[in-house]
Amino acid sequence: MATIVAEATGQAILHEEHEQSFLRKYIFSTDHKVIAIQFLIYTLFFLMIGGLLAMLMRYQIAWPARGELPLGGIFPETMVASGYILPEFYNALVTMHGSVMVFLAIMPMLVGVWANYLIPLQLGTHDMAFPRLNMLSFWAMVPAGILTLASFFVLGGAAGAGWTLYAPLSARPDLTGVGLGQILWLLALVFIGLSSILGSVNYITTTINMRAPGMTWMRMPLTIWSLFITAILALLAMPVLSAAGIMLIFDQTIGTSFFLPEGGGQPLLWQHLFWFFGHPEVYILILPAMGFTSEILSVGSRKPVFGYKAMVLALVSIAFLGFIVWGHHMFQSGMNPTLGLAFTVSTLFIAVPSAIKTFNWMGTMWRGNLQLHSAMLFAIGFVAMFAIGGLSGVFMASTPVDIYIHDTYFIVAHIHYVLFGGSLFALFGAIYFWYPKMFGRVMNETMGKIHFWLTFVLFNVVFFPMHGVGMVGMMRRIYDSTGYAHLQGIEDTNALISWAAFGLFASGFLFAFNFFWSLKKGKKAGANPWNATTLEWQTPSPPKHGNWEEIPVVYHGPHEYSHPDVEDKDWLAQNERPDVVSPAAGSH
Amino acid sequence: MDWALPPNYSTFGVVIDQLFWIILVITGIAFLLVEGGILWFCIKYRGREGARAHYTHGSNKLEIIWTVIPAIIIAILGAYSAAVWQDIKGASNRPADALEFLVVGKQFEWNITYPGMDRTLGTADDFTVLNQFHFPVNEDITILLESEDVIHSFFIPELRVKQDAVPGMTIPVWFDATQTGNFEIACAELCGLGHYYMMASVTVHSAADFDAWQASRASETAQ
Repeated sequence: MATIVAEATGQAILHEEHEQSFLRKYIFSTDHKVIAIQFLIYTLFFLMIGGLLAMLMRYQIAWPARGELPLGGIFPETMVASGYILPEFYNALVTMHGSVMVFLAIMPMLVGVWANYLIPLQLGTHDMAFPRLNMLSFWAMVPAGILTLASFFVLGGAAGAGWTLYAPLSARPDLTGVGLGQILWLLALVFIGLSSILGSVNYITTTINMRAPGMTWMRMPLTIWSLFITAILALLAMPVLSAAGIMLIFDQTIGTSFFLPEGGGQPLLWQHLFWFFGHPEVYILILPAMGFTSEILSVGSRKPVFGYKAMVLALVSIAFLGFIVWGHHMFQSGMNPTLGLAFTVSTLFIAVPSAIKTFNWMGTMWRGNLQLHSAMLFAIGFVAMFAIGGLSGVFMASTPVDIYIHDTYFIVAHIHYVLFGGSLFALFGAIYFWYPKMFGRVMNETMGKIHFWLTFVLFNVVFFPMHGVGMVGMMRRIYDSTGYAHLQGIEDTNALISWAAFGLFASGFLFAFNFFWSLKKGKKAGANPWNATTLEWQTPSPPKHGNWEEIPVVYHGPHEYSHPDVEDKDWLAQNERPDVVSPAAGSH
Repeated sequence: MDWALPPNYSTFGVVIDQLFWIILVITGIAFLLVEGGILWFCIKYRGREGARAHYTHGSNKLEIIWTVIPAIIIAILGAYSAAVWQDIKGASNRPADALEFLVVGKQFEWNITYPGMDRTLGTADDFTVLNQFHFPVNEDITILLESEDVIHSFFIPELRVKQDAVPGMTIPVWFDATQTGNFEIACAELCGLGHYYMMASVTVHSAADFDAWQASRASETAQ
């Protein structure tokens, strides 16, 4: 029945195509592919903004007494005065770097871009279940972006209480010095929540109902599995954040005191609500990346994914455990220490499915025929960096060690190994990998490889030493660390980190140049440039509106590479019948 | 510079540091295994013209091995961490006869109330000093940690002590310094514009010196 519905909507869409104006086709489009590209442009822009904020922070951290920043014309005197970043502005940078990267860059790039682009194509359907809802999920992000950017220029500047918005600091303008900026950011967050919830409903419905004939659950590519589970996480977690955000707006504006002790409220309640959302959020930010990595490693190794079922089970168990570990952010918060015991155990056990995934990725590469193109390099980079981020997590899961390293740069190193070394590496890989499908041309390989090596080396020069700075005891979010006796002697390391960070940021422009240059000058791709098996590669690049002339039929699992019975080529598309390609293969 | 934990001067710090190094060794081995394996595979299985990959969908035996081994290591580590945590933080292990201080954080200062010569808080000879924390060595110390405005975090790196100060709550924190010396309290939780300079000096005295310091301070405040 699901198929009939899919075909019916598909025909309606195909029919519509001829009558569409420019505005309907490229701006207010309901085509999942156009919406994905809109998300991609949007998120790449905010990735740059988030990076820029980080560069300003790094300047301040390395040279707190230097000044000389020519930013006076851009930001008001209350933020940057005669070349000096003021504490007001530094707190805004800290807060908005984290907020922009998590909510406006990485999360919508993982989900908004790739769930939109890949779910209908990899499942073999014409579009999303609810195309108009899908359009709304993009357009809800637009006011969020505008509010965020605007908040830098209002009186008091942008939000300055950290991306975790801990109350009472975030709730009392008299204590942060930030009034309107904090409210604007919370309103942006409400729009982001709306976008994410609408998107999730769509991804879940489409995955359950609109799979092509023969696409059983255990034949879905791991990208789809990861995006599907991510959508469930987002649907359960985002409403909590939105509700908490609205409560915080009330505390700021109409005199409630949910989180203010003087009115009977509880500051820790905010932390529980925030992290009840926040920890599933961490997995929202990594599961899709794991999915892309599995796909790219399989294609690039010319081998089926090692332990497909174990990979699916690991995804599901990470998602489940992700909901019962939030308290590990609160070991030193004043929460009852006995609760900490339970959270230690659940947290440490997330290491098990993470280890399973890492070993299965290595298993996928083992005895492969590795094609080390840019996408593959980033996918391998993901495994290598995610492993470091996972292992450094063991230190903070162990509560006694966390007493010391909590709120130090050790945590900053950890989160960036997961979110940059993990999520962003996988995202770069995904862009190199699916760009030919999106735009019909392959991104330049030479530039891609240079971009990979610059990113890989500089990333490690930036973030590995942060473990050391954290061990020395440098606190997070410190405007100027030079006044502390125990932090004497780390100035050189901080300067090195900052120089490497500037290089890392600059290397992003090589990627951006390659991205736009290849639109016109890239090598023509053809339908299937990587000889890949999943359905999206079995339709022209870029696919037409509606994706398929005829809905494909799926005969087997997603990663049939180097099947011994298939001769002449080392792959078998999901919609190719093994016994037609090679009679001997029919038995599998 | 050397990337090292600062020297430890507290009783709890010994086990915390020990656990840190144990985890570093375990994760270090895992790190070498994974990164070495990836590098080796990249070299050994690098694509060659005409080569064909080995066709396999996995191995249940391997899945069991690499599920069970990490699970066992993690279970042991978890049990040990939990035991150490309980020793340090468990309410039942709060020292009964500790010398108590009241520490109140507010933007951007630490106010320390001393028990006075009668060694008891809440009596007439208590006195409060701004941004100076003096206490005796080799004695159980308990601070009652409060905040007047936003969340701060009480952090003395050399004593391996960190605890958030939350408005509306009084949180007991205990520790025992093993050597005399001068340190600093840092605020480890973003608390506003002056967060970066919210520090106080810490002086760990010998018992006799502490009594002398308190007596001189008390007489000063009394005048």
